[in-house]
Amino acid sequence: MTPPDDTGAGGRPVRAPGTRRLMEHRLFWPAAVLAALLVGNVVFTHDFLAVRVQNGHLYGSLIDILQFGAPLILVSLGMTLVIATRGIDLSVGSTVAIAGALACEHIATAKDPGSLSTVLSAIALAVGVAAAIGLLNGFLVARLGVQPIIATLVLMVAGRGVAQLITDGQIISVSSSAYKMIGGGYWLTLPFAVLLAAALVAVTSLVTRRTALGLLIESVGGNPVASRLVGIRAVGLLVMVYVVSAVCAAVAGLMISSNVSSADGNNAGLWIELDAILAVVIGGTALTGGRFSLGGTVLGALIIQTLSTTIYTLGVPPETTLVFKALVVIVVCLVQSPAFRARLSRRRRTAAPDPASAAGDLTARRQEVHP
Amino acid sequence: MAVPPTPTPTRTDRPVLEAQGIRKVFPGVLALDGVDLRLFPGEVHALMGENGAGKSTLIKVLTGVHPPDAGTVSVDGGFQRFAEPLEAQHAGISTVYQEVNLCPNLSVAENILIGREPRRLGLVHWSALHERAARLITELELDLDVRMPLGTYSLAVQQLVAIVRAVDVKAKVLILDEPTSSLDRDEVAQLFTLVRRLRDRGVAILFVTHFLDQVFDLCDRVTVLRNGRLEGEYRIDELTPVTLVHRMVGSELGILDELAETSHTGTTDGPGSGDAPFLSARGLARAGGVQPYDLDIHRGEVIGLAGLLGSGRTEAARLLFGADHADGGELRIHGKRAVLRSPRAAIAHKIAFCSENRKAEGLIGELTVRENIVLALQAARGWTKPVSRTRQDEIAARWTEVLDIRPADPEAEVRNLSGGNQQKVLLARWLLTDPELLILDEPTRGIDIGAKTEIQKLVTSLAAEGTAVLFISAELEEVLRLSHRVGVLRDHRLVATLPNDTTLTPDRILGAIATGATS
Repeated sequence: MTPPDDTGAGGRPVRAPGTRRLMEHRLFWPAAVLAALLVGNVVFTHDFLAVRVQNGHLYGSLIDILQFGAPLILVSLGMTLVIATRGIDLSVGSTVAIAGALACEHIATAKDPGSLSTVLSAIALAVGVAAAIGLLNGFLVARLGVQPIIATLVLMVAGRGVAQLITDGQIISVSSSAYKMIGGGYWLTLPFAVLLAAALVAVTSLVTRRTALGLLIESVGGNPVASRLVGIRAVGLLVMVYVVSAVCAAVAGLMISSNVSSADGNNAGLWIELDAILAVVIGGTALTGGRFSLGGTVLGALIIQTLSTTIYTLGVPPETTLVFKALVVIVVCLVQSPAFRARLSRRRRTAAPDPASAAGDLTARRQEVHP
Repeated sequence: MAVPPTPTPTRTDRPVLEAQGIRKVFPGVLALDGVDLRLFPGEVHALMGENGAGKSTLIKVLTGVHPPDAGTVSVDGGFQRFAEPLEAQHAGISTVYQEVNLCPNLSVAENILIGREPRRLGLVHWSALHERAARLITELELDLDVRMPLGTYSLAVQQLVAIVRAVDVKAKVLILDEPTSSLDRDEVAQLFTLVRRLRDRGVAILFVTHFLDQVFDLCDRVTVLRNGRLEGEYRIDELTPVTLVHRMVGSELGILDELAETSHTGTTDGPGSGDAPFLSARGLARAGGVQPYDLDIHRGEVIGLAGLLGSGRTEAARLLFGADHADGGELRIHGKRAVLRSPRAAIAHKIAFCSENRKAEGLIGELTVRENIVLALQAARGWTKPVSRTRQDEIAARWTEVLDIRPADPEAEVRNLSGGNQQKVLLARWLLTDPELLILDEPTRGIDIGAKTEIQKLVTSLAAEGTAVLFISAELEEVLRLSHRVGVLRDHRLVATLPNDTTLTPDRILGAIATGATS
């Protein structure tokens, strides 16, 4: 029953101009913020973007950002999937500490700390225990229906205690060149940690987007009731994302402890869960679940790491670094908010002398309320 | 019904609200293109159009939710540019939406006066509050206890309270956006009485509805939109229901003939009454939902379920889909006992269910049309066996065309579609799984006549191909037109199952609903 009159306006596609389409791309604002931070650094530190080769390794601030950002990228990667299901995982920081503590304890007490087999079994131990942590979180959330923020708060608090039990309250130092490789080594001129993080990001992207996993996760997060009525088994998906999140945190924990060749149950991964949540949100995945963007999360994590690096290079006094970081984060979030940008440009328009040109101006307001 | 005095556009009054050349573009969609609207004091003015014609967008422009991209809105002759809904309210434009936006846990008085409570020494002056609310209520000749929590009253009364609240904001213009879609006949009459009273006081009322008879019952003039453009402005006595529908859909032929055609197909004898049923329920029940009921559904049969809102229609259907667990009785599918522990189990038995609540229980709003369509199929296959992107594109393109989903863009976010098109997406999702039993709960509620007819035709042709259909609707005419048999529910009980022969009329069904008896 198509009405013969097809010239009507309703549903007629309207092509936006190229620049506007670019600005509406979901990664535009995270990328723009990152670029702005990097450019800002160049103003203060002229060779900030310089990368040089030394002993066959690449060196420079950019490489440092990637290397020190790798653990955060990994934790944020798992966090993205959890948040996409409408959940949150506060226990990742503790998992980072537990994984590092387990691996270092295992290596320190082994007969041959330098051997590959010791390091591999240490890795397997850490990842295995992390998977069990993820299973517990997933069980609490998916089977018992505990609110994710409460379910994972349990291990956020208790997990740090467990990590200290493992290290006996001490900082365990290890000397194992094979273990050092994970967080401090180089391969193909690049830090191994960067390659490892890149590989895990790539695998996660492939698995979520080439299979239907991403779609089903977005569906469960976007509308759990409708997802049940459409026949999606949410329990398995939920358990899976919490396991992935914990395993990502474990690998991050290995990187951090490997880089400093020691495990500190007290401070390793402290507050990293908050940075990860922030990275996910800056990257464009809403805390209310649904659509997620792994690329956005990587950009978000890099923004946070660049910010930390900036603070050091600018020489912000240590007692004000957290306040400085908070201010920048607020600005970043405001810049990304369509509502805030609309208000800004509306103010500009009211100030503009020529209202006629403003009438057709669409760039001010992205679609917030649906037609 | 007395014919109300008809203000004509030619009268010398100035319109209280005038919109000219309104244009509104959303990313990818031109929603309104040069639309005019005039409202005169003391008239009830209908805004008509199919789903997606731009009615909701126009209302949102008038109430300051969306600023227009071009065009002007003037109130009492003065140009206005509303940046937000509050500014429109201050200018005297009040809106009551389809869903009641009040707080059921607060009292009627609080709901009416919230945000402008009378105060004394900075504290709420409770006795003055109750007095003022009670005065408003009596002025409009309603009978309510303003101290009772709003939630203790029916949805219809809540709707009336919403109107009282809107009017108290010294409204010159009252916009009613589909206020009647969840009300029964008596409640609609009650609402109309209030609307007429307001009209007689000089309020201009913009009335949006899908019910043609209500337009002719209540309204003085009509503005018709089609595909985001102004089709025309008419006095109601210039139109008949048939000409009005023509203006809305823009086709002179076709739609009404097809309506008439479908109405005959339903009245033939039910198929397969001698065969073993596809599904048979015996004593199926759920405490607090529906009393034990028996029901057989055969291949190719359309069973209608009639009953008032809250009579247990939806609850009965949900048991057949495993959406709720039955706590008594037995279900057989193809003669074999089946226990449906989850919707997934029902889907495995080739049962599909389109919920009455499209937004909350059907669609995943932020996903695209394509993703929503393939979702049921994908869920059945599990995440490890993805439907390839090429195949998804094919499926989406095919169903967009077959069901005429508009805009015909499979990558549009489904929440941006109009109600009728969302319903079609939901149908496409389930038809793709090739169901043997399709449960449709209020599939035509709140959608326009074009989409409605298409869905009715679809049901008829699905049944002809052998699909069993359970069709739930509050519109008895529709149930009668499509069903081979009609189950009648009353107070959570299936009180009758009536064969749809020539003697079955809406009045007989109403009788069954009213008395619980079969004749």
